[in-house]
Amino acid sequence: MKKRLDQFIEAFDQRTGLHTGLRHFLYEEIPHSSGWHQVFGSVALFLILIQFFTGIMLAFNYAPTPGEAYNSLRYILTEVTAGRIMRGLHHWGASMIIVIVVLHMVQVFIWGAYKKPREGTWIVGVILLLLTLAYGLTGYLLPWDNRAYWGTVVATQIGATVPLAGPYVSRLLASTGDIGVVTFARFYGLHVLLLPPATMLLIALHVYLVRRHGVAPAPSDDGKPKKSFYPEQVFKDTVAVFVAFAILFTMAIMVRVPLERLADPTDTSYIPRPEWYFLFLFQMLKVFEGPLEVVGTVILPTLAILALVVTPFVDRSKIVKVRQRGLAMGIVLLAGLGWGGLTLAAVKSTPPQTAASSVDFSGPTQWMQLTPAELSGIHYYRQENCAVCHNVTGGEAKAGPNLLNTARRHDRAWMLTHFKSPQATSPGSAMMPVNLTGPQLNDLAATMLALTPDNGDVIATTPEFVADGASVYQKNFCSSCHMINGVGGKTGPALNGLAGRRTEAWTAEHFVNPQKMSPGTPMPPYKFSQTDMEKIVSYLFTLPDK
Amino acid sequence: MEQFHRGNVSIRMVNPMSEQTTVMNEPFRPDSMPRRAFHLAAIYALGALIGLALAIPTILYLLVPPRSRKQSGWVDAGDVSQLTPDAPVEMSFQQSRVDGWRVLTEKKTAWVVKGTDGNIVAFGPQCTHLGCAYHWDTGVKEFACPCHSSFFSIQGQVLAGPAPRPLDRYVTRVQDNRLQIGPLRNSAESNG
Repeated sequence: MKKRLDQFIEAFDQRTGLHTGLRHFLYEEIPHSSGWHQVFGSVALFLILIQFFTGIMLAFNYAPTPGEAYNSLRYILTEVTAGRIMRGLHHWGASMIIVIVVLHMVQVFIWGAYKKPREGTWIVGVILLLLTLAYGLTGYLLPWDNRAYWGTVVATQIGATVPLAGPYVSRLLASTGDIGVVTFARFYGLHVLLLPPATMLLIALHVYLVRRHGVAPAPSDDGKPKKSFYPEQVFKDTVAVFVAFAILFTMAIMVRVPLERLADPTDTSYIPRPEWYFLFLFQMLKVFEGPLEVVGTVILPTLAILALVVTPFVDRSKIVKVRQRGLAMGIVLLAGLGWGGLTLAAVKSTPPQTAASSVDFSGPTQWMQLTPAELSGIHYYRQENCAVCHNVTGGEAKAGPNLLNTARRHDRAWMLTHFKSPQATSPGSAMMPVNLTGPQLNDLAATMLALTPDNGDVIATTPEFVADGASVYQKNFCSSCHMINGVGGKTGPALNGLAGRRTEAWTAEHFVNPQKMSPGTPMPPYKFSQTDMEKIVSYLFTLPDK
Repeated sequence: MEQFHRGNVSIRMVNPMSEQTTVMNEPFRPDSMPRRAFHLAAIYALGALIGLALAIPTILYLLVPPRSRKQSGWVDAGDVSQLTPDAPVEMSFQQSRVDGWRVLTEKKTAWVVKGTDGNIVAFGPQCTHLGCAYHWDTGVKEFACPCHSSFFSIQGQVLAGPAPRPLDRYVTRVQDNRLQIGPLRNSAESNG
């Protein structure tokens, strides 16, 4: 059998040369000092392949036009089996590549591996770093949620500040006016059609150059014999790849990547946040204001890239020992500290996400269809700990009955009697009377009547601030003048779509002083406690548009 | 020829370079062969683990049907109290269909027949041969398909022509004289 296999391999090799080629590749001689510090290149290559693979998988269920993009991504996240894992791998893989590529560069720098004759390998590597960042920038828009939209608005406006070329950059990205369908098409085309083949070509060139010049030897390699790449170094690379993959896979499963509200170009209150690896640039822009802005947006980044490109030509000494390259090491250290400091400052100065914009639209959103009374009832359901004795959806049996189908068996009057004196309607029941006021019991009954097998999970999935905010809304009888989800009076304006019309600050101010914000309004002022104010405003900003 | 020749040369060059050189150049270590075996085993095992961890979600992703949203079960097609027995009428209604991430509302039609016993049957509007739209021929009192001359009785049975099976029927129910229509059932599957 073994002989047959060898014969087959030899015959195959005579015709294709693939086996010889593979051996030639695997049995490359590498310096004696090679080891664990040189695994990053392989890990980066592996992660790029994961991105290609998961990207293709996502494209099988994704429609690349605004609106449709959002709906199809939501479909991937909520309905397609294992869709969340695929997106998780692609999302976290993108961040991980940045980390690994930077570690790879730092290793190459510290070991002095960019020096003559390896300048070309280094420069191709710098271009690959820029391509990696370009993937991040273009991919950021593709979910077409608020985060994607507003992040891209900032990025394209930075592109527009480039001296002389700015207008052309804008035209190239179709971002001169609003970010729209054409911008989206350009970003998508760049992300999936231009960047991948460019990356493949450059990686091939990069690997070819590495092979041509061989892995850079260390000073300690003088007079020592070389060793084979396979299997020892391949083993080390594989272990590193495995560790990286294990981290990535765990993150894809454990760390949920949220989907925000559909991109809303009218949402003036949205605070854009770039991806973490661009935060330092974001922070730098705060230092340079007015006419100096271009220093932060264009000049400094360009200088940084140029510095990377010319590094092997400026640093022409043959010394690779770390101790004798104090200046070079100092620069790396400073760059690292600068990046870290700016990123930290940016994280600290980013205002916390508002409750309303933290709603995950890839999770259950049935609660958005409920009326204020029904949501308020959920607040009291939780406050009175009904869940101790009752289930709504599945779960282990509890003392009281499952409430999912109560609405089919009983009406509002029965429920109100039952809440006040359970034994009057259900003799022998062990339930305690519910100690709430009449309007509060009304809300609780409304919730019970709204439950169906389709939306039973609202009891568990309604965000706390929404249920609480709705209870404040009900307590103040807002629905006697305002309509939400088709319920309420018509004296005041309907509140659906408020997020598109006003900011949260405006709304809070309007509660305190309606006359100041909308002169002539019949609305009386409301003095809420600060937590109540936050809750009701946040609740109003989660309302669906219609 | 040249290609072949070059291939031969590289075989001779590479083979001695591979295992032999490594062993020769390295100081003799009695454990080097077990080490090599361990390295190879680890490479294959870790590679297989990664492959498996990727293959499982990929198979689930591509082959397991998505969890589909609930579709509205019944749609109203109209009043059936005024129908004359044994006089089929084409009724139209709006039915929603889930298509990936979209929910489409489509106009659909059904040939509705009230039997002499008052039972209501709604046939799918397409001939079971190749999907042409058939019509009720009032002269011969049969459903006639214009494409390949298939004829169906008022019960939907094939009377003549190439149609392979009776007309498909919608699941129906009548509430307060309103006809409500559910999914279309293939007559071959529902009969046998």
